[in-house]
Amino acid sequence: MAIKILYFASLREQLGTSEETLDIEAGLRVQDLLQQLCARGDAWQLALCDNPHLQVAVNQAVAGMDTVLNDGDEVAFFPPVTGG
Amino acid sequence: MEQLTPEQFKRYSRQIMLMEFGLDGQTRLHNAHAVIFGLGGLGSPVSVYLTAAGVGRLTLVDFDTVDESNLQRQIVHRESSVGQPKVESAKTTLQALNRWTRIDTFNGVPDEDTLDNLISGADVVLDCTDNFDARFAINAACARARVPLVSAAAIRWEGQLSVFDFTDPDCPCYQCLYKDASMEGMTCAHSGVMSPVVGMMGSMQALEAIKLLAGLPTLKGKLLLVDGLTMQFRTLTLPKDPACPVCHPD
Repeated sequence: MAIKILYFASLREQLGTSEETLDIEAGLRVQDLLQQLCARGDAWQLALCDNPHLQVAVNQAVAGMDTVLNDGDEVAFFPPVTGG
Repeated sequence: MEQLTPEQFKRYSRQIMLMEFGLDGQTRLHNAHAVIFGLGGLGSPVSVYLTAAGVGRLTLVDFDTVDESNLQRQIVHRESSVGQPKVESAKTTLQALNRWTRIDTFNGVPDEDTLDNLISGADVVLDCTDNFDARFAINAACARARVPLVSAAAIRWEGQLSVFDFTDPDCPCYQCLYKDASMEGMTCAHSGVMSPVVGMMGSMQALEAIKLLAGLPTLKGKLLLVDGLTMQFRTLTLPKDPACPVCHPD
């Protein structure tokens, strides 16, 4: 099944890409998807898995890392922001 | 509620003529009390716009003094106020802007009891702070007092904005979004920030507070993500976390 992945703001700058379509196996959770993405190399590991406060939205709703993904889902990763 | 004088009606006429807002909205603002935590990059536009727009009473809370490196983005402060407490520097600017806004200040880091006292009876709280510790403490205090919270954050080229309305038991809160109270955030001093990005986020934060005070719809239950580098704005739904330690139903 295919999902769309979006990288917002500074994540896009770090990874050099704003979106991609990916074929994944059914029943995958967001955290499993993250492990797959981070295996791509250091930049991915640093931007996604080494960021303990990484935020995620599934189909435009803020979601947890244990959310199970379905065919056609849109997964968006975005960085935490605390400055003021 | 105290009514507007003819002089005040004239001052605020450009807002009063907006049909969604009107004299009723302006009168609500005139009688409202807003508490602003943090008089930095976000608190600057927030305090200036709420004062100019005619909010009747503001309480300013900050522990810091004005530093030269603040002036690039913290537009409520002046070169002549470097070294002064931020709340005093801001008060001077705001009083010169609108003599009808009462400005109270608290110069320090409030403990839990002080937080509760500062927001007791307030109509809205604006979180303009720059760290998770303060943000979680303010969120919890607003939950205890059932005072709506307008929360913005900005760093680098990006920002986030949401409204946590503790008068609505179905509304999520800050801790439904950021769950780990022990997190360390990134500050502008370490990561940098583009000056008008805090201006954009603070202006939108002030707008949400004004709409909330006027009884108009807000970003309640939603999270706005702003990317100032590409000018992409995205609004996400923010569900309430049923296991949230702060706002879950008892």
